[in-house]
Amino acid sequence: MRSIAIVIVLFALWLLLSGIYTTMIVGLGFASSLLVLIIINRMDTRDGDSVEIRFSPFRFAKYIVWLMVEIARANWAVTKTILSRNMSIRQHLFTVPYTQKTDVAQVMFANSITLTPGTITVETEDGQFLVHAVSYSDDDPAAIADMDARITACEIGGA
Amino acid sequence: MSGLALITEVMSWILIVSGSIFVVIGAVGTLRFPDFWSRLHAASITDSAGMILLVAGMCLQAGPTLITVKLLIIGIFLFITGPTSTHAVANAALVTGLRPVEGKGLVGDEPTPLAAEGESDA
Repeated sequence: MRSIAIVIVLFALWLLLSGIYTTMIVGLGFASSLLVLIIINRMDTRDGDSVEIRFSPFRFAKYIVWLMVEIARANWAVTKTILSRNMSIRQHLFTVPYTQKTDVAQVMFANSITLTPGTITVETEDGQFLVHAVSYSDDDPAAIADMDARITACEIGGA
Repeated sequence: MSGLALITEVMSWILIVSGSIFVVIGAVGTLRFPDFWSRLHAASITDSAGMILLVAGMCLQAGPTLITVKLLIIGIFLFITGPTSTHAVANAALVTGLRPVEGKGLVGDEPTPLAAEGESDA
């Protein structure tokens, strides 16, 4: 069942990327999807390190929209810092606790912090991230905690 | 040129030009910021705003074709790899002992040392 789904997804991706639909090219695409399936099956027997994605798609889409707005606002703030005559830099390295259970959600939180200009995730530790901010204000931990809660809300169930 | 085509054209040029401006601002920031840690943040402007606006503008140029699909896939990949590579650079700096100059009245947190497993590289 899972194999069929993999082949369908790979073949659909191949059709989207190719754009040339002659019998031979499409046939080669299908053959390469099957080849990838064989390789994936061999890899699965070697290591069982599969990634679990447990997200509610609707809440995830809502989060992406929210993240875009957040990125736009943060971009504006850092742009003002860069272009101002005397740059107001107040660097700070601080820890941020995370509450996500799955690895994917934790990666998503860390990448969201980095993607928002002005903050970078520097180190991941047990239960917390080390975050660097270029113009730190005392509201920053609260804003990041808000982001943390939003990503945790996307998770279904939990590990 | 019909009305709708004109609107798409104008929109796409607004997106592409503003994306280019953000890329330039990122470059200016990389030059103007005083040290390594703050320069990373200038690069992340190019990564987020520049990339998103340029890809969106090019999608409007391409119209509803397979090229748009490819652009969106490129955008999604950059959305994941951009912050990951920034994190890799920042982490390498942290591990080698480089610390940012803390702002007035701030004390930076230190990473907890890794549990030593024989010869640790941290």
